[in-house]
Amino acid sequence: MRELIRKLVETYGPSGVEEQIRAVIRAEVEPLAGELRVDPLGSLVVHKQGSPSAGSGQAGEGQCIVLDAHMDEIGVMVTYVDEKGFARFTRIGGVSPLTCAGARVAFADGTVGVIGVEEKREDASKTPKFEQLYIDVGATSRDDCPVHVGDAAVFVRPFVCMERAQGTRLIAKAMDDRIACAVLIETLRRLEHTPHDVYFVFSVQEETTLSGARTSTYGINPDLAIAVDVTGTGDKPECRPMAVELGKGPAVKVQDSGMIAHPRVRDLLVQRAKEADIPYQLEVLERGTTNAAAMQLVRAGVPSGCLSIPCRYIHTPSEMVDEGDVQNSVQLLLEVLRTA
Amino acid sequence: MILRELSEAVGVSGNEGDVRAVLLDAVREHVDDVRVDTMGNVLAFKHGTGRQRMRVMLAAHMDEVGLMVVGYDDDGFLRVRSVGGIDPRLLPGTLLQVGPEHTPGVIGVKPIHLLKKGEGEKVPKLEGLVVDIGAKSKDEARKLAPLGTYATFTTRFRELGPTVSGKAFDDRAGCAVLVELLRGERFRFDLHAAFTVQEEVGLRGARVAAYGIEPDCAFALEGTIADDIPKDKDVSPTTELGQGPAITVMDRSFIADRRLVNLLTSTAEELGIPYQIKQPGIGGTDAGAIHLAREGVPSVTVAVPCRYIHSPVALLRLDDFNNTVQLMRASLSRLTQRTLERGKD
Amino acid sequence: MEVIPLLKQLSEADGIAGHEEPVRVFLRQTWQPFVDEMREGKLGSLIALKRGIGSEPRPKLMLAAHMDEIGLMVTGIEKGFLRITRVGGTDRRVLLGLEVVVHGRRDLPGVVATRPPHVLPQDEREKAVPWDKFFVDVGLPTEEVERLVTVGDLISIRREMVELKNRRVAGKAMDDRACVAAVTLALEQLSGVRHAWDVFAVATVQEEVGLKGAITAAYGVAPDLAIALDVTFGKHPGVPEVDAFPLGGGPAIGVGPNFHPGLVTRLKEVAEAHEIPYQIDPIPGRSGTDAWAIQVTREGVPTALVSVPVRYMHQPVETLAAQDVERAGRLLAAFIAGLEMDFMEGLAWEDS
Repeated sequence: MRELIRKLVETYGPSGVEEQIRAVIRAEVEPLAGELRVDPLGSLVVHKQGSPSAGSGQAGEGQCIVLDAHMDEIGVMVTYVDEKGFARFTRIGGVSPLTCAGARVAFADGTVGVIGVEEKREDASKTPKFEQLYIDVGATSRDDCPVHVGDAAVFVRPFVCMERAQGTRLIAKAMDDRIACAVLIETLRRLEHTPHDVYFVFSVQEETTLSGARTSTYGINPDLAIAVDVTGTGDKPECRPMAVELGKGPAVKVQDSGMIAHPRVRDLLVQRAKEADIPYQLEVLERGTTNAAAMQLVRAGVPSGCLSIPCRYIHTPSEMVDEGDVQNSVQLLLEVLRTA
Repeated sequence: MILRELSEAVGVSGNEGDVRAVLLDAVREHVDDVRVDTMGNVLAFKHGTGRQRMRVMLAAHMDEVGLMVVGYDDDGFLRVRSVGGIDPRLLPGTLLQVGPEHTPGVIGVKPIHLLKKGEGEKVPKLEGLVVDIGAKSKDEARKLAPLGTYATFTTRFRELGPTVSGKAFDDRAGCAVLVELLRGERFRFDLHAAFTVQEEVGLRGARVAAYGIEPDCAFALEGTIADDIPKDKDVSPTTELGQGPAITVMDRSFIADRRLVNLLTSTAEELGIPYQIKQPGIGGTDAGAIHLAREGVPSVTVAVPCRYIHSPVALLRLDDFNNTVQLMRASLSRLTQRTLERGKD
Repeated sequence: MEVIPLLKQLSEADGIAGHEEPVRVFLRQTWQPFVDEMREGKLGSLIALKRGIGSEPRPKLMLAAHMDEIGLMVTGIEKGFLRITRVGGTDRRVLLGLEVVVHGRRDLPGVVATRPPHVLPQDEREKAVPWDKFFVDVGLPTEEVERLVTVGDLISIRREMVELKNRRVAGKAMDDRACVAAVTLALEQLSGVRHAWDVFAVATVQEEVGLKGAITAAYGVAPDLAIALDVTFGKHPGVPEVDAFPLGGGPAIGVGPNFHPGLVTRLKEVAEAHEIPYQIDPIPGRSGTDAWAIQVTREGVPTALVSVPVRYMHQPVETLAAQDVERAGRLLAAFIAGLEMDFMEGLAWEDS
């Protein structure tokens, strides 16, 4: 699975420009599923038809379930190219100026840039504002600058695997949410029989507006939806208190700042984890939300929940997850899908 | 000039009746069907030649920002709140028209002679401002301007040469562009034009219009920020007057569909129509609501650059306006189902 | 039905956003005799139908009042103390020293604890306590707490309703149980009344965290018209005059972009005809109520807002005048009774 994860995290795909990552995911899932389509905003919808269990003879015991992971990552977009060829930019999704200083970014065609910080700032001890940052692609003037207003770039960081006795940590940019894409692909790969009608949705534009999940869910109209996304942890020095820790298992979301998990979905995840002896944690996230917040409001409502992969340093170029948590997430999803 | 009529019509969010009337008159004979929905959107339909089986939505919003009467003080002054985003710095010294009778009103503040040290530096807050319609008592004020009465600027439209000035170019400029498009030849596809309500308070009309129309793609037509006045730093003007229609790639409400952006830019380049990319990350438009309708609608926003939008007097260039109409007409003529196809990805 | 005992039962029932089961159960029982059918929406809203007598297809009116209240939730356990966060817009300033109930494996009485002023530095004493410095103390040994309570457990405010002078009452969750009471009274008044339209009375969920019940229930019901009921700011020191409505002045009717003028006019006419005192609430944009969600459902729904003035909103001493609740109920019942089959035609914008 490590190769799959590496491939996914290192592919370019900021919100709104997901073609490249969609192509990579499509290549992985095409041989595995019945039906596959790309919806109007660009989300990749993969359908795995359910089959009633042998000997049960019961029609309709399965439900229509959506599993969602978003393909898009945060990034930056050029807003202006000045006379000397330096590019000013705005953020795509939740990027903090703190992670920008000295960062390396890459555009769709591979052009690399460095983010510089204005030295003449009024208060150099404060975090710089976006207006005080710029991208240097090595141009000398507006005319010879290879990037233009509207071009999008992502942060550049290679995938790293840290093997330790206590567990393997995986580090890369875009673990949010490519790690969940990997989980979904692996789940699809290992899923043999299911009584449910399952849709694996790789959605677009989560980091900006949750648009892809909202519209794809409308198209499918499921009985139940589970978003798979990363969540924060409370196990770093001087961090905000939070009950989730790396390596203690996937987290079942109770609530976050944008939604309250439907008790039925939350209990289903907890139940299956207990039955199959999969370690799990309960999660309350005070800042941040996921696609589940959008999915639950579609049409007359969709009972929704979230399976979260604990992750340190979210929205920085070095997001860190635990490999055991990732594998247990796949396990848990398989348990949910295998039985009615 | 339709832009003059539209600019001078009064239509604050939730009270678009006068603008609706102007538009119904302007388009009635040029479309196959026109109706007003429960929110007040004007929905006009122009069927296509049948060569392309597509539903294309064009939207422009009728409403402008303004004020609402929410209370009175004992001397007959009106207390107001803003409808949509009004910058309170623009209010001291303005002339307003209040209510359906267009009752004149003024906003004045404490005279400069009486200011204490440092007071002149401060921006008066909206809660501290009052509108004076000349009433002598609370009761008289209440009769003349009951709670909920709308007020807006009284700016007259003026032709200045290559430019024109007036109020509410956001988005009467977009409405005027849409009227011009409806007055022209049929396109190959069915065209659903929506003159929407309540964009300024949350993209409200567009949301229900898009749900009803179920388009395959959508174009929002706007009057947008041009901040091309002299500055200390070499930074983006957002858009510039004279550089042609401004295309949105991303703003705070949505990300434009790249295939539609490419259609517009390649058409512009081929025909030599000037265009610009609006500074990404600024503002929001009806496309923000439209793209979320049902299963999703690929969308883009095209705007006429306007200086001083949301102020009593905005300014735009007629050549930018005409180029916007031209670019839209040409791009729509080139729009086919193939535009929305995807490669093998 | 007497309004004050009804308010007491509704106010004291538990029903934090996302977990409205206890109050939903109570409402099912209470509404049962007055309606023809009841069902639960996908997120838990209670949707009750009282059929009209008009010929099919009958137009539909939706009434919406939210049954969820704000509250607290356990986010962690430290040395037997519970770390907490809010569910909805719970006001930090009223939490100190509050008695609560922790809904763990069983209901545990608790207190919101924090450090006494004597030991705090001066500047901290003058600020509201930040969320990560609040703890709830259930007075049990650590192992007991860890056995009985877990992350995600809900904590509700323990508060019995109190009767003040002049038929004014104070308690928790009057936002929006006061309006749920008004809808209940309206349903009672309509039993035995022949009205043309189908009436869907909806007790919505999760209003406090994003109007979620209203968004989804309105889509499911697909009404032709809707009236949302919520509380508005009662007049008391500290509230700007333009935002304040005196208790006892009658329900407030919203005017502004969120509300269809034709519907507002009809409500005013009904109030005047039945001598129900009312007030006008000008709202220049977002109303912050279920009405905001319902108005833009599907192809749009003409919507109105009727509000009961409540002092000290989002504090466990929300105070209102029982008469205002009664008047809101009467206004709804009278409106529904007089609603003619072709009312929608009269709502068309003049110039279409």
